[in-house]
Amino acid sequence: MDNLFIGGVELKNKLFIGTGKFSNYEIIPEVIEKSEVQVVTMALRRVDLEEKTDNILKYIPQNCILLPNTSGARNADEAIRIARLAKAMGCGNWVKIEVISDQKYLLPDNYETIKATKILAKEGFIVLPYMTPDLIAAKALESSGAAAVMPLGSPIGTNKGIKTRDLIEIMIEEIKVPVIVDAGIGKPSHAAEAMEMGSAAVLVNTAIAVSENPVKMAEAFFMAVKAGRLAYTSKMGKQEKFAKASSPLTGFLNEGEF
Amino acid sequence: MSFYKIIEHYKNFDFKSYLETINEIKIKKILEKEKINHEDFLALLSPSAENLLEDIAQKSHNISVKHFGKIILLYTPIYISNFCVNQCIYCSFNKNFNIKRKKLSYTEIEEEAKKISESGLKHILILTGESKEKTPISYLCESVKILKKYFHSVSIEIFPLTTDEYRKIIESGVDGLTLYQEVYEENIYKKVHISGPKSNFKFRLDAAERACQANIRSVNLGALLGLNFWQKEIFFTALHALYIQNKYPDVEISISLPRIRNNIGSYKGIETIKDKSLVQMICALKLFLPYVGITISTRENKNFRNSLIPLGITKMSAGVSTSVGGHISEQGTPQFEIEDNRTVEEIKKVITEKGYKPILKDWTSF
Repeated sequence: MDNLFIGGVELKNKLFIGTGKFSNYEIIPEVIEKSEVQVVTMALRRVDLEEKTDNILKYIPQNCILLPNTSGARNADEAIRIARLAKAMGCGNWVKIEVISDQKYLLPDNYETIKATKILAKEGFIVLPYMTPDLIAAKALESSGAAAVMPLGSPIGTNKGIKTRDLIEIMIEEIKVPVIVDAGIGKPSHAAEAMEMGSAAVLVNTAIAVSENPVKMAEAFFMAVKAGRLAYTSKMGKQEKFAKASSPLTGFLNEGEF
Repeated sequence: MSFYKIIEHYKNFDFKSYLETINEIKIKKILEKEKINHEDFLALLSPSAENLLEDIAQKSHNISVKHFGKIILLYTPIYISNFCVNQCIYCSFNKNFNIKRKKLSYTEIEEEAKKISESGLKHILILTGESKEKTPISYLCESVKILKKYFHSVSIEIFPLTTDEYRKIIESGVDGLTLYQEVYEENIYKKVHISGPKSNFKFRLDAAERACQANIRSVNLGALLGLNFWQKEIFFTALHALYIQNKYPDVEISISLPRIRNNIGSYKGIETIKDKSLVQMICALKLFLPYVGITISTRENKNFRNSLIPLGITKMSAGVSTSVGGHISEQGTPQFEIEDNRTVEEIKKVITEKGYKPILKDWTSF
C-alpha cells in the first residue's frame, strides 16, 4: 500500500484540510466524512473550550488527527506557548508551526519556525512546520526533528497554485521527511499537480471553505489528490520540450549492420 | 520618521481638483489591476468611482473573502470612566459639559465584566475619557487585569500614552489598540480640540507607533468622519495604516469608519457622510489594503450594518452601551447615541443568516 507515515501514524488519505475560513461549522463533519479526511488543522487562537455550542473541536470527528496550528504567533516563543497550550487543552501532540511576522504578505518566518521546531520536537511534539520553500531551511527543520515540512505553493489565500514549483521539487528530491504542499492551492488541478510532483500530501483550506459547495469541492480535491499520487507512483512519461518524431531518423541503425 | 512627514508631503496637493479629473474609464482600468497604488486608491474615492460602486463592491467582496473568509469577529466596548480634561467639540465627555461624571471602582468593573461575559463575548475594548488624575495608568492596568479574568482579548481605546506606559499596559494584558486620529488635517484638528492634552496633534499621531514599539499585537485606526471632507481623511487613514504596516509588519491592522453621531454639543461636522460614501470607503480600502480588517460599530443602524457585512467587514461591536457602567445600571450619559441596540445573540443570528460565521474568540494570551 502506498500510505503516508507521519510521526509513526499511517495515513491513507493525503488530503489534509484547514477549518479557518468556513462560514458554517455544521458542514465540516460532512466535508470530512465524504472526503475521508484524516488530518484537520485548526487555529488554536479560535478554539474556545468554554463555548458549549460553537466550539470548533465539536465538529471534528474523534477519529481525525487534530493538527492545531499556531496562527497568530509572531515569533518562536509565541508559537511554542501556543503549541504547549494546545497539548494542555487536549488537542494531542501534533502541531503545525505557523510563525508569521509579516501581516502584509503572510509569509512564514523560516528562521523563527526552525527555532520553535527544535524545541517542540525535543518535547515530544509531532511538528509539521509551515514554511517558505527553501532547501536550506527545510534541511534545518528536518535535522531539528520536524516530522514533515510544509512549503507554501503560493502565498496563503491567493489560490494561485504551485508558483514555487521548482523550489518544492528540489525539496522533494533532497528532503527525507514528507513534503506537504500547504497554501496557495486554489483548485483540484493544483492539488493534482503537487501530487504528481511527488508531494507526500497537500493541505487545503480556502479553496474548499469558500466555495459554494464545500462538500463537493472537498470531494473533488480528494479525487485530484488520489489521481495525482497514482500518476506519480506510476512513473509518468517524461515531458518533452519538442515533439518526438514517430519515424526516427536513426531507426535504421536498429536493423543490424548494412 | 513620523507619519507626519507623509502628511506634510501632501500639504499642497489639491485633493478636490484631482478627484474631479477622474473619469469612469480610469476607474475601470484600476479595477482590472491586481494591485493599486496611492493615486488609484484616491481615484476610487472620486465621484466617478461612485458611479461604478457595484463593480467596486463585487471586487471588494471577493478580496475580503479570499483574505478573511466569511468570518466576523464580535466585541463590545466597556466604558470605565467619563472624566475628561479635554474640550473636543463633538464629544459628550467634553470637560465643559455638565454631565454626571463617573469612574467605575474595581468592584464595579468586575460586575460589569461578569454581566458582559454572560453574553458570550470574549473580546473587550476599554474606553475612558482623558484624565491622568482620575484614571492614571495604574488604575488602567489594574482594570485590565480584572477584565483578563473574563475576556480572552482586551483592547484599549483611551488617550495616547508614552511608549513606557504602553509597555506597562501591554504587560497587564492588553493586546490591541484603537486610536482614532479624529482628523488628519492639522488646522481642523486644532479647531475641534480646543484645549487639553488632546490638542497635541503630533503626540496623538505617533501614538500608534509607540504602541507598536511596545509590542502591541493589533492596531485599529480611524478618522471621525464629518470633521473634514471625507476623501482626504480616508486617504490619510489608509496611508497611516500602510505606514504602520510597512514599519511594523507583524502588527495586525484594522480601520474603523466612525461617522459623527448625536452628542451633547450638537456638533454635526462640516459635512454629512452619505451611506453610499461609507460603502465607497469600505470598498476602496479593501482594494488598496486587502490585508487590513474593517470594523463597524453601533454608530451605524442595524439594517445598514447588516447590509455592510458582505462588503468586507471583519469586526463588529455587539450588545453595546456607551455610558459608564451601562451594563449594570441604566444611568449615565452616553458618549454618543448608538443606532443598533441588538443583543449579541440577535447579531449572531443575522450574521449567520447572511452566510457568515460570527466568532467570539480570535486570540488569547498564551
